Amino acid sequence: MSAPNSSYDPVEVTPLRSDEVERMRDEALAAIAAAVTPDDLQKVRVEHVGDRSPIALANREIGALQPQARKEAGQRVGQARGAINQALAARTAEVEAAEEERALVTEAVDVTLPWDVSPVGARHPVTTLSEHIADIFVAMGWEIAEGPEVEAEWLNFDALNLGPDHPARTMQDTFWVTPERAAMVLRTHTSPVQARTMLTRQPPIYVACPGRVFRTDELDATHSPVFHQVEGLAIDEGLSMAHLKGTLDHFAQAIYGDGMTTRFRPSYFPFTEPSAEMDLLCYVCHDEPDAVADCRTCKGEGWVEWGGCGVVNPRVLIACGVDPERYSGFAFGIGIDRTITSRYDIADLRDLFDGDIRFTEPFGVEL
Amino acid sequence: MKVPVSWLRQYVDLPEDLSTVELAARLTAFDLKLEEIESSGISGPLVVGRVLNLVKEEQKNGKTINWCRVDVGAHNDASVPDAPGDDVPSRGIICGAHNFVEGDLVVVSLPGTVLPALGFEIGARKTYGHVSDGMICSGAELGVPGDADGIIVLNPGSAQPGDDAIALLGLGEEVLDLEVNPDRAYALSLRGVARDAAIAFGVPFHDPAALEAVTVATDGPGAYPVVVEDPTACPVFAALTVTGIDPSVPTPAWLAQRIQLAGMRSISLAVDVTNYVMLELGFPIHGYDRSRLRGPLVVRRAADGEKLTTLDGVTRVLTSDDALVTDDRGPVGLGGVMGGQEVEMTPATTDVVIEAAVWTAPMIARTARTQRLSSEAAKRNERGVDPTLPARAVRRVADLLVEYGGGTLAEGLTLIGEAPVRADIVLRADLPARVTGVEIDTVAAVEALEANGCAVEVDHEWLTVTPPPWRSDLTDPYDVVEEVLRVVGYDRVPSILPVAPAGRGLTKAQRLRRRVGTVLAGEGLVEVKTFPFAGTADWDRMGLAPDDVRRRQVMLENPLSAEEPGMSTTLLAGLLRSLVLNIGRGHPDVHITETGRVFLPRGGDAEAPIYGVDRRPTPDELATLDAALPHQPYHVGIVMSGERVRSGWAGAGRPAQWADAVAVVQHLASTLHVDVEVRQAQQAPWHPGRCAAIVLADEVIGHAGELHPRVLKAYGLPARVVAAEVDLDALIAASPEIGTRPDFSSFPVAKEDLALVVDVSVPAGDVQAALAAASPLIESARLFDVYTGEQVPEGKKSLAFALRLRAPDRTLTDEDIRTAREAALATAGAATGATLRA
Ligand SMILES: [Zn+2]
Repeated sequence: MSAPNSSYDPVEVTPLRSDEVERMRDEALAAIAAAVTPDDLQKVRVEHVGDRSPIALANREIGALQPQARKEAGQRVGQARGAINQALAARTAEVEAAEEERALVTEAVDVTLPWDVSPVGARHPVTTLSEHIADIFVAMGWEIAEGPEVEAEWLNFDALNLGPDHPARTMQDTFWVTPERAAMVLRTHTSPVQARTMLTRQPPIYVACPGRVFRTDELDATHSPVFHQVEGLAIDEGLSMAHLKGTLDHFAQAIYGDGMTTRFRPSYFPFTEPSAEMDLLCYVCHDEPDAVADCRTCKGEGWVEWGGCGVVNPRVLIACGVDPERYSGFAFGIGIDRTITSRYDIADLRDLFDGDIRFTEPFGVEL
Repeated sequence: MKVPVSWLRQYVDLPEDLSTVELAARLTAFDLKLEEIESSGISGPLVVGRVLNLVKEEQKNGKTINWCRVDVGAHNDASVPDAPGDDVPSRGIICGAHNFVEGDLVVVSLPGTVLPALGFEIGARKTYGHVSDGMICSGAELGVPGDADGIIVLNPGSAQPGDDAIALLGLGEEVLDLEVNPDRAYALSLRGVARDAAIAFGVPFHDPAALEAVTVATDGPGAYPVVVEDPTACPVFAALTVTGIDPSVPTPAWLAQRIQLAGMRSISLAVDVTNYVMLELGFPIHGYDRSRLRGPLVVRRAADGEKLTTLDGVTRVLTSDDALVTDDRGPVGLGGVMGGQEVEMTPATTDVVIEAAVWTAPMIARTARTQRLSSEAAKRNERGVDPTLPARAVRRVADLLVEYGGGTLAEGLTLIGEAPVRADIVLRADLPARVTGVEIDTVAAVEALEANGCAVEVDHEWLTVTPPPWRSDLTDPYDVVEEVLRVVGYDRVPSILPVAPAGRGLTKAQRLRRRVGTVLAGEGLVEVKTFPFAGTADWDRMGLAPDDVRRRQVMLENPLSAEEPGMSTTLLAGLLRSLVLNIGRGHPDVHITETGRVFLPRGGDAEAPIYGVDRRPTPDELATLDAALPHQPYHVGIVMSGERVRSGWAGAGRPAQWADAVAVVQHLASTLHVDVEVRQAQQAPWHPGRCAAIVLADEVIGHAGELHPRVLKAYGLPARVVAAEVDLDALIAASPEIGTRPDFSSFPVAKEDLALVVDVSVPAGDVQAALAAASPLIESARLFDVYTGEQVPEGKKSLAFALRLRAPDRTLTDEDIRTAREAALATAGAATGATLRA
């Protein structure tokens, strides 16, 4: 590379000499082409483009020329500078790209390293299934009703046609609050919520009531003193058992998919008349002839027990202030815990309630 | 109710080829739900044999076996010559048991017999050097009660060699175990089940109660004197006496077998017959040993505190709610529930007074409940019996005792009262169709009801239904509808989805509880569901002071565990139990949460009223009822143990600490757009220096922080467990209808750092609050450093805050910034004594 001119000759000035300008240009282009790193480029910039580079000095000399010589010299130097700048920009882009490429390679990591520093939460399936069921009913225009778990005896029993001497009352193994004359129980079903709804609003009523209920069963693989139900109640003009079946069929399809259905068997509940047990078409074998015999879920029955239901007994309507001449209704209830144990093939009901995090974790936040 | 099928077939002409499974399926569709079909499972040639010859042979192993020649009648096999003794037709059988002798009648399973207890088919086999051509059976092998290890030896003369032992022992019987709902009292009898079976299959029914009731005159010379003092408790009482029963006569095998198949024990002829008739007719019958009675039987209410020892040996203290049968000495029976021990029939009884009475059902239910005595009699009487039966029922018992016991029917039937008249049920003829949604016309409805024994009168659109006496459950029009539907078929109900009016979706509280659940899961907390029971042991472990309000619980009369006798006042009781379980199972890092109700008793003696059911209680009455119930707010509880940030290849993690618990609560509050304040507090079970009160509008609604080391020790938990519990209902109630409005300025921010010196006792939160409120230009004041040490005076600490300043309408000037900074300093100084750090 050449050093900038140290002598100054006002006659034989560089811009007028085409060979000089070409030489400066060629030297600059050669330096640019030879640059490999951003540092090289910076050096090139100082030596061949900067204020003190030969070409910059030559450019400065143009101003001192005769006007008639200025044009030609200007063009000559301008073209050379243009070529240098263009080459420099192109080379800079190349070097930067190569530099980035190199950096990306050196920054590569092993993405299979585990990043498990934050605990992952989960919601209990009883909660998520209850919400899912609530959503199904809300989508039908129903509302979700709630009530206390320590409940008045009158609401848990009497208002539901379970008078004090009703034989069915002793069948519901009830936790009684001390003292007995307090006339309070741990609710044995969510039905008192239905009674509360009728007592506080006018028909039409369409409500579902999910909740925790209690019976004095010792805890074992299939029984729990604390469990969860969802009950539904509809009170309107002209409702019949057919509407009950329609609702349950829809409910079954919403949870278990198309083609699901229910069937009724006669039964007895004091708060409904007629009453029925409902069976759900087995959601595993669908009672298909070639699958049902070996089905573990329904034990070859083709149907699984799902809950109880019926037409609301007019006596209940009267106790809750609904005119049975004008309105009729239906009610049903299913077990939420049983639905979970059956659907997820959980052999021991106790797993739901002993609080081991390994039970809840696999469920995540949605079933 | 256990129903032997052959017994059932006696009263109903079921098709011969009807399988028991089909029968059960039909009965299930008629509300007599099958629990299971019980049967012995024994098949093949099981016959009676007589031991003709018995040779004892000692074996090399020291055992002695019996080499027997057994006469099995038509099944004798001449082709096998290898039999001891003379060559009378017989079979040779080896037997290892020794409780029988030559001449005994035994039960022999011939080759081809299947005994489920053995699990294989019997065959002729070579054993101990002989061919054993069958097997002499023990009770265990046949699955019949009695001496299980010994050979069954039949009563002499009770059968002939070659007789089918399956029939003889009732081993071919199938028994339907039916679940009978409380409304179907009539089905607690063969009579009732047979009638339903007859309706179900459309075949004739033969009523076992259709017998001549009174061939003996009422009040004849042998009629036992009875006085019913309380006809409300006992509207009908019948008694008949049989004398001279031979106590040595055993119960006929068929009768004993039937009651055993039905699940009762065979005791003696007289007792067995009363039970047999109860099973047959569904009417409880009581027999008194007449020789032990003193004077007339009197039916009256018990006096409060009166005592009676019932035949189960329990001495019972009675009240005026209970009905008694007495004689001159005092109580001899708890009316309709159980007889007294003193006048009980014994194996020596020869003269029997047979009682069949109608008792008021609710009274029996009450007695059975308060005495915790659910006898076969009470089970039927509390549901309601056929009140027209007493005279026929005692007659049926008497006839059997005369026939099988050699007794003599005394002259004269005692019969007091008569069956109460049943009210008719009037309903619209279209009610069955309207209620069920099934097209049921009047003809079909009437047919169905008549099949059930109802008398029906049709008058234009109205039906007047007179229920039969055995259907005490039929009282309301809707009861009638169920009877109709049962016959028409529940499977005919169509499926129609009703259209509800448009709803309003979830309530605010329901929506917000869901959000809270999502936030808790997002915080890495795993939801658990624990039982809401707790007790003193929990409170002691949690270190609650003796007068801590949380020790005051809603208590239970009948808790499952004495350790947890009441409802929990805090979610921490369950969560800490769950934490102990998880750590015990080897999980080091446990972050759990529960959302649920806690139960806080009202002061005083709260009693929930019991209103009538003939009308809606008034709003005031409902308010009174609700006011009596304990307060049951939803709480959220969380417990964290172990690492909150887990250690790993990228470096050390961080254990859960007090602030994590506070932060979760603050996250919940901000999710609900509720401003809560955090204050220093001291509250068990938290560490007294690391406990934050969560304050909402000056009310403490929860606590968060690290648990007290003593509490952790009491639970056997590792150090530094943190926890929080907060009243979710309170948070939700405070959550505004409309959340926080976004409000920000697009003018540039100015940043100022401010290091303040305060007394160490000054809460940082107070300083922060003062700074934030000092000027409208202060957008936020964030604490970024806390320092105590050499560079600040003793007893002081330095708090460094990063202020962000911004105006809504302009770029701040240097003057604005200086003013705001001075205001911050002045306000913090006034509120907390803060000074600028030198
Ligand atoms: Zn299946």
